[in-house]
Amino acid sequence: MRPSEGAIPLLQARALRLERGAAVPVNGVDLTLPGGGVTALMGPNGAGKSMLLHLLHGLIPPTDGHVLWRGRPLDRLGRRAQAMVFQSPVLLRRSVAANVDFALRSRGVRDAGLRDGLLERVGLAGLGRRPARALSGGEAQRLALARALAVAPDLLLLDEATGRLDPASVAMIEAVLIAERAQGTTILMVTHDVAQARRLADSIVVMDAGRIVGDGPARRFLDAGPRAVPPPETGMRRR
Amino acid sequence: MGDLSAAFALALDLVLSGDPALWEVVALSLRVSLTATALACLFGIPIGAALAVGRFPGRGAVLVLVNACMGLPPVVVGLLVYLHLSRAGPLGFLGLLYTPTAMIAAQCILIAPIVIALSRQVLEDLHAEYDAQFRSLGLGRAAVVWALIVDGRHALATVALAGFGRAVAEVGAVMIVGGNIDHLTRVMTTAIALETSRGELALALALGVVLMALALGVNAAAQGARLAGARHAAV
Repeated sequence: MRPSEGAIPLLQARALRLERGAAVPVNGVDLTLPGGGVTALMGPNGAGKSMLLHLLHGLIPPTDGHVLWRGRPLDRLGRRAQAMVFQSPVLLRRSVAANVDFALRSRGVRDAGLRDGLLERVGLAGLGRRPARALSGGEAQRLALARALAVAPDLLLLDEATGRLDPASVAMIEAVLIAERAQGTTILMVTHDVAQARRLADSIVVMDAGRIVGDGPARRFLDAGPRAVPPPETGMRRR
Repeated sequence: MGDLSAAFALALDLVLSGDPALWEVVALSLRVSLTATALACLFGIPIGAALAVGRFPGRGAVLVLVNACMGLPPVVVGLLVYLHLSRAGPLGFLGLLYTPTAMIAAQCILIAPIVIALSRQVLEDLHAEYDAQFRSLGLGRAAVVWALIVDGRHALATVALAGFGRAVAEVGAVMIVGGNIDHLTRVMTTAIALETSRGELALALALGVVLMALALGVNAAAQGARLAGARHAAV
């Protein structure tokens, strides 16, 4: 997870700050994703995890600080190299297949075989003609994942993507994420599920009150005990 | 009641007998209003979508202007089109005054603000729902507009119906630019006005009944198509 000497990290956040009126949901975050592996972003509700994800993806501009994509300020091209799965999937009012086609065409790809392959990977083979909005919650989230993978992202961001799903859907999504990681996709996922972080994550970043209060390799971090969120003064490494 | 009963009886007789004069008027009414609606939608929906998506200085003023134009008085629109198409007007050389084309132009101008304003409202709501996803995909402005139009197609069909309803029921503008010429520019509304002025109330009412039935039929067909589409898209 550490960048080799001289290598340009995939994504860097520097002194990232977001103000919303009097609230500061993200307050001076420095974060580096060297590239590859799964990073779990954890912390209590209201810690600023989702906002940080939105900032890193360029969906909202920071009040201060900046995001670097491969060493350069994040722009539209950098954003198109990322994909995000939201907590509540936003599906187009079209068929399941058309939703994936839409993402593929956004990259200039028209390939029914590729689309069907993506649907098969997420367990939706045979449902291509069904209206997307008639899917169950788990199916809808898997379709959102297929759509995200359709753009072949270098960085996949997941905002509590499995938080509301049944165990079977969670297992299916996790299997896809493991396969994606093996193919070299960098994954940053917000999760409250320590067991899921243990299953998937190579490294963990913990936020509280808009700040990163700890991070480290997943195994060492999770083996530290039930109080996985250390207070800021414990001297956990900050980037 | 007697007049109404006679009107319905006459309307039924005219429809069932296939009265060629009646169907000529009905056909022209449909041709003019459907063409005007199609043209207004062709330009109005993309403009409404652009207003829904775009943020630019003066956008608020444009929205106020478009909303205000929804209430354009038909006779004023007719007068403006007349002034442009009359022999002394800037477009007089086209020789379109007192033709169905002039009537289409007048109706198109009349309903375009309705189509633009309602499309903008419908698509702005949809855009608010899709915005984060579209930006996540890194879509350009044109792709966003097209996607919104495709996904808002059922609601936009209702917008088109509202425009058609306004167009087919309109009388002032088409009377001014069409002239209500028999076998050329006479449509149902102008025919009703003419028959009323002649004192032929039963015939006027009969035409009114046909007009109502026509509007009802078009709306029912569109509603059926909308429901079928909605079932398919599960919206």
